[in-house]
Amino acid sequence: MRTRPTLSILTAALALCALIGASSPAALAIDAVDPAADAKAFRDFFVKKFPQVKFEDFVNGPYSMNEDMRKQWKDKEQFPPYEFALEAGKEMFSKPFKNGKHYADCFENGGIGVRQTYPTFDEKEGQVITLELALNRCREVNGEQPYSYVKDEMAQLTAYMAFTSRGKPFDIKIPNDPRALEAYENGKRYFYTRRGQLNFSCASCHVQNPGERIRAEVLAPAFGILNAMPIYRSEWSGMGTTSRRFTTCNSQIRGVPLEPQSLEYRDLEYYLSYVSNGLPISGPGARP
Amino acid sequence: MASTIRVRAILNGDITDVQTLIQHPMDTGLVKDAKGEIIPARYIQQLSFEHNGKAVFLADWGTAVSKDPYVKFAFKGAAKGDELKVSWVDNLGATDSLTAKIQ
Amino acid sequence: MSVVMKNFTFAVIMLAGSVGPSLAASEADFKAAFAAADAAEKEGGRLRNQWTTTEAALSTAKKAAETGNFDQALRSAQEAEALAKASIVQATSEQQRWKDMEIH
Repeated sequence: MRTRPTLSILTAALALCALIGASSPAALAIDAVDPAADAKAFRDFFVKKFPQVKFEDFVNGPYSMNEDMRKQWKDKEQFPPYEFALEAGKEMFSKPFKNGKHYADCFENGGIGVRQTYPTFDEKEGQVITLELALNRCREVNGEQPYSYVKDEMAQLTAYMAFTSRGKPFDIKIPNDPRALEAYENGKRYFYTRRGQLNFSCASCHVQNPGERIRAEVLAPAFGILNAMPIYRSEWSGMGTTSRRFTTCNSQIRGVPLEPQSLEYRDLEYYLSYVSNGLPISGPGARP
Repeated sequence: MASTIRVRAILNGDITDVQTLIQHPMDTGLVKDAKGEIIPARYIQQLSFEHNGKAVFLADWGTAVSKDPYVKFAFKGAAKGDELKVSWVDNLGATDSLTAKIQ
Repeated sequence: MSVVMKNFTFAVIMLAGSVGPSLAASEADFKAAFAAADAAEKEGGRLRNQWTTTEAALSTAKKAAETGNFDQALRSAQEAEALAKASIVQATSEQQRWKDMEIH
């Protein structure tokens, strides 16, 4: 067998890490999880770091960080690139299923002005339900095929639903249920965990470097980062949902993406939405 | 069928500011679909804006313009209520046009 | 970046360019190396932390083996195993280290 000297560095590192005690994750001490305190700390961090940014403006991502980009964006918002998807979404939303029922039958208030309450924690099922998951469930329960979570029809539908909630502040609830707290904590942990060969966490870009450039892009702050979803990204030449962004971001840092709407992603969306409570929904949005 | 063209023309003093969003795939003919087959080229070649029968903006496009193009420009010499006609022709011979009033 | 992370990242960068001594590799060598790489990548999958570059190296190894180029196939399989193991170290270490980044 040939020698592999460089691999011994790795096995040594592995052994070292095992010794440091990173075995099974510590049992979750529920009393230690304080989402309200987290949210306040999160908000204070960004408000303090960017005193010139108006509170509601955080939802505009890179445009709140860069004046030139903001000017171009304001121009385009008069004829926004998501306009076609928004119109298609409105049409789709009002069209009945084959069985005569509507999307409106699956949601509070007929699905109008409710986007800011998603994701929710379903206590019956013990898991986080995102808007996209709720929409596909609505379809399946009414005998229709589910849509891809990433773009096209799903993005059109959520564009319309987001539009009906424009201006309403994120209002995510965490019920007093240890499973909900665990989902929240899981999402928080995902957000801060480094992954991919490039060893980035979500925080590496969106907490440590908002306003800075990564290659040609200006980074958005994590505070309010989901408020503009779904978005028309020029990079995609089309619409994309939160799932599209999570999966493509993973690939960009050389991490194999998880399945759209997998547990980790839903918990991540739950965490990110909760800590942005109070910021207005601005979707559908346009991004470079 | 709804028009592919959205246009807004607003008079500010003696300058008319025009913005347009056109729904068009602008396929380059270089992209393959999920089955591995080339999606044929389909892109706007000519775009024109006419005011009082005279062209105020002409564009000769190729495949470098992205999907759903957005155009913004300004011109002089129009009055409120005048008509602005927007037309495009693509490489397959398809066309669309829309006439809007300058506000 | 913490010292552990810096060292670990350094190790990965070194590994990315590592080449073993030149001996003609046999199919058996490749198969053993591939099995080890595959097992490590599956463990990375269990930890929900795989790297795209690991998958690419595994794919390169398989393709090279198919054309009989076992030297390349072995090199790629070894690289894949190193990358997979690094992703495991990352996942394991991050179970605690993520807190370093947390806003308080």
